Amino acid sequence: MADTATFSPSRRFVLGVVGFGAAGFAVGCDLRAADATSGPVAQNMLGPYVRVGSDNTVTVFLRHLEMGQGVSTGLTTIVAEEIDADWSQMRFEHSPADDKLYGNPAFGGMMGTGGSTAILSSWEQLRAAGASAREMLRQAAAKKWSVDASTVTVAKGEMTSGNHKATFGELAAEASALTPPDPKSLKYKEASAYEFIGKERDPAKTLGRLDTPGKVHATAQYALDYHPEGTLTAVIARSPKFGGKVASFDDTGAKAVAGVTDVVQVPNGVAVVATNFWAARKGREALKVTWDDSAAEKRSSDVMLEDYRKLLAKPGLEARKEGKGVAGLQGAGQVITADFEFPFLVHAPMEPLNCVIEYKPGESCSYHSGSQMPTNDQRAIFTVLGLKPEQVTVVTHVAGGSFGRRATPDADLATEAAHLAKALNGKAPVKLMWTREDDIRTGKYRPMNIHRMTARVNNGAIEAWGDRTAIQSIMEGTPFLPPGAPDFSSIEGSNDIAYAIPNVSVDVHLVKNPVPILWWRSVGHTHTAYAKEHFFDVAARKAGKDPVELRRALLAKEPRQLGVLNLAVEKAGPVPAGKSRGVAVHHSFSSYVAEVADVTVNADGTFHVDRVVCAVDCGTVINPDIVRAQMEGGIGYGLSAILGEALTIKDGAPVQSNFYDYNVLRMAQMPKVEVFIVPSTEPPSGVGEPGVPPIGPAVANALLASTGKTYSKLPLGTKA
Amino acid sequence: MKLNINGKDQEYAGEEDRPLLWYLREDLKMTGTKFGCGVAACGACTVLVDGQPTRACVTPAASLEGKKITTIEGLDTPAGQAVQKAWAEMDVVQCGWCQSGQMLAATALLTTTPKPSEQQITDGMTSNICRCATYHRIRGAVARASEIMG
Repeated sequence: MADTATFSPSRRFVLGVVGFGAAGFAVGCDLRAADATSGPVAQNMLGPYVRVGSDNTVTVFLRHLEMGQGVSTGLTTIVAEEIDADWSQMRFEHSPADDKLYGNPAFGGMMGTGGSTAILSSWEQLRAAGASAREMLRQAAAKKWSVDASTVTVAKGEMTSGNHKATFGELAAEASALTPPDPKSLKYKEASAYEFIGKERDPAKTLGRLDTPGKVHATAQYALDYHPEGTLTAVIARSPKFGGKVASFDDTGAKAVAGVTDVVQVPNGVAVVATNFWAARKGREALKVTWDDSAAEKRSSDVMLEDYRKLLAKPGLEARKEGKGVAGLQGAGQVITADFEFPFLVHAPMEPLNCVIEYKPGESCSYHSGSQMPTNDQRAIFTVLGLKPEQVTVVTHVAGGSFGRRATPDADLATEAAHLAKALNGKAPVKLMWTREDDIRTGKYRPMNIHRMTARVNNGAIEAWGDRTAIQSIMEGTPFLPPGAPDFSSIEGSNDIAYAIPNVSVDVHLVKNPVPILWWRSVGHTHTAYAKEHFFDVAARKAGKDPVELRRALLAKEPRQLGVLNLAVEKAGPVPAGKSRGVAVHHSFSSYVAEVADVTVNADGTFHVDRVVCAVDCGTVINPDIVRAQMEGGIGYGLSAILGEALTIKDGAPVQSNFYDYNVLRMAQMPKVEVFIVPSTEPPSGVGEPGVPPIGPAVANALLASTGKTYSKLPLGTKA
Repeated sequence: MKLNINGKDQEYAGEEDRPLLWYLREDLKMTGTKFGCGVAACGACTVLVDGQPTRACVTPAASLEGKKITTIEGLDTPAGQAVQKAWAEMDVVQCGWCQSGQMLAATALLTTTPKPSEQQITDGMTSNICRCATYHRIRGAVARASEIMG
C-alpha cells in the first residue's frame, strides 16, 4: 500500500481518520489532484466501505477484525461481486473506530467481531455498498461521455459505452463527488451470474485469500510488529491470585537492570518499562511486589466445581420446558444420569495480547492493536485519559488469532495501556506486551462448568431429557445483557435442543466467581454440544437404538440438521476395520454442522483420532475454501480442548504457565479432515465457530462405541 | 561481534543473554520472526542456524557468531522458495502468526528430506504449534512443496 496515500471523502461520507497501513495514519480530508503516474495515489470514498484509488485499486473497509477467520477475503468478495471488479484490484483495510459508520447490527450497533456474525450481518449491507459504488461509477462515466447511463456496462473493473472505455481508477474522483443512489433503487446480481461468490480459489490465485501473500512473505503488519521510533516496551506484574492487589513494591532490583527506564504502579499491578522487551522482562523478574490477598480468591478449581455441583440439587433458572419438563423425568422405564465436568480454558492466540499507545497529554492519543471491539477500546481510553472521543484514534491491525480473547467488554488491554500512558505522562510511545505466561495466568477463560444430564428411557425411546448447568455468566455486566435477562450464552445449544423428545427440561444456575471469564470460540456451545450430543449416544444405547438412526428419527422435522447429518454419514462411508466411529450434529451461530470421527483405540488404551468427515450448511457460501478452512481449524481447536486443555487453579492462582503445561493440539494429534458443504440459497451464516462444537462429542461417541464408557470429565487425556 | 543474517553481516553489541528474536525484531526491524511463548515451546520464532531449525526466543544472539542465520525474510533456497509457493497456492494461513516458523521448519525438513513420508512430515512439524490448527493444510503444503522441488 502506498505510504503517500491521500484521502478524498465524498460529501456524504466524511471520515475523521483513515488508517494507511505501515506509514501510520493521515488525519483530516486532504484532497489532492489524482496522478497515478508521478504523484501520490488519490483515494476516493464511494460510500463508507469502498475506496477506489487512482491506481485502480478497490479497497474494502473492514468493520470486522481479520484474526485468521478470513473476513478480509469474505467481506471483500461480496463487494467485488456487486461492484463488478477484477479480483486482482481488490484490497482490504480495517475501518476506523466509528460506531455510526461501522457498527455491527448484531452487536446492537457497536463495532464488534464475534458470534460468527461478520458475513451474516454484512451480507445485505456490503452488497448494497458494492452495488451503490458501481452505480456511482456508471453515472460518472455517463456524465463524462455524455451518454445515457443505461448504455454504460460495468465489468471487471471497467466501464464501457460504445467506443468509450475507462477503468474504475480513472473515474473514481468524479464518482465520489456524486450523490449515492437511493438504496431502494439498487439491483443485485442473480446468483447464477456470480463470478466470485461461491467460487473456488485456483492454483493460479485468480481468487483466494487476500491476506495470504502478506502472511507468507511476512510483510503483514500485526500490532506487535508496529514499533515507532523511540517506543518503550512495558510488561506488568499482576497479582498471582485472582483479586489480589499491590500492597507495596521494591523496584531497586528492577531499576538496576540496564535499559529499564520506569517502574510505575497501575491499577492492576506494577509496570516495568524499558527500552526493549528483554530488559523489561528482566526488570519484572527483579521487581519485588508484596501482594495484598485479603480480598483475593483462595479456592482451588476442584473446590469451586464441588460448590457448583451442590447447586445442582435444586432447579435453576428455567431455559426450556417441553411437556412435563423436569417432572417428566419421573415415570416408567429407566432413568440415567451423569455429571459432565468442563474445565476453564485459555484462548491462547499465538500472538499474545499487545498494543502500542501514543499519548500527548491533553491533546490526543493513538492506539494500535488487533482489537475486536475498537470503539469500546476507544471509550476506555478517552475515559481514563480524560480526552474527548475524537481525540482518540484507534488503528486496527490484523491479529495473530483471538478465538474471542480480543473482544473484551471491559477493554482490559486498552484500559491497562491507558493507565500506563497516563502514569508515564506521554513521555514516549509505549508498547504493552503480555508474555505467554501473562496470557495463560491472567485470564480470561472459558468458564468452568458442570452439566447434570438426566434422561428417562422407556420402550426403546428417550421419553424425557434434563440438562441442568452451573456456570458463571459471561454476559452479566456487559452491554449485551439487560439486567435480569437470562444469559443465553450459558445455555445456547442446551435450550434449543432440536430432538423431538416429549419432555424436556433445561435450567441453569448462574454462579458468582471472581475468576475472569470470556467467550471462547463457540462460547456456550463449547460445553452444551458436548453434553447434549455425547449424552444422546449414552441414552440411545440405553434405549437399544443406533444413535445415528435415532437422531434421524428425532430430527425428522429439522431439515438442515438432518441434511448435514446425512451428508456427513454418507461421505464417511463404512467404518474402517479396527476403528470405532462417533457422530455428532449441532446447530450454532445460524449454521449447521455434523462431524463423523473415526478413532483407533490401541491395546494399551491410548487412542488417536484418525479422520473426521464434516458436513456444513452455512447458507449461501461466499468462499467455499474459507468455509473448509474454518471447519478444519474449528475441528482442530475443538479437539485441542477436549484432548488436553485445562486451566486449573490452586489456592486462588492458576497452575499452568505456558505451552509446556497448557497442552494444545499439535500436528501429531491432528486427524485427516474432509469437509463437505450443503448447497443452499439461504442467507449466508457464520463459519468461524460452528465447526468447533461437534468434534468433542463425535470423538467421545467413538470412544463410547469402543469401550461402553461415558466420557463425562474433560479433558479426555490420552487414554480411552 | 558480527552475525551473518540472510547472507549479510550485522553488528551485534547487545547483552550476552539477549535472545536473537529481540535483536531481529527490535534492532533490525525484521518482524517476520514471531514471539509466541518465549520458552522454546511453540516454534513461532523458528529460524535456521546453519540450516538447523532453532528457537530464536531462547538462543542468545551473542552465541551465534560465525553461524549462518536464515529468517523468513531471507528464505531464498530452492526448498524455501518451494515452501512459500506451496503455502500461497494452498492458502494455508489463517491468523498467520505461527506461519513463518512453520515455513522455516518445513524448509529445514525438505532440505534434509526432499521426499518426506507422511510420518516424516508429522515428525518434522509437530513441535510447531498452530492455534488455528492449520495442520491439515500444512501437511498438504509440505507435500506440495516437495513436488514443486521436483
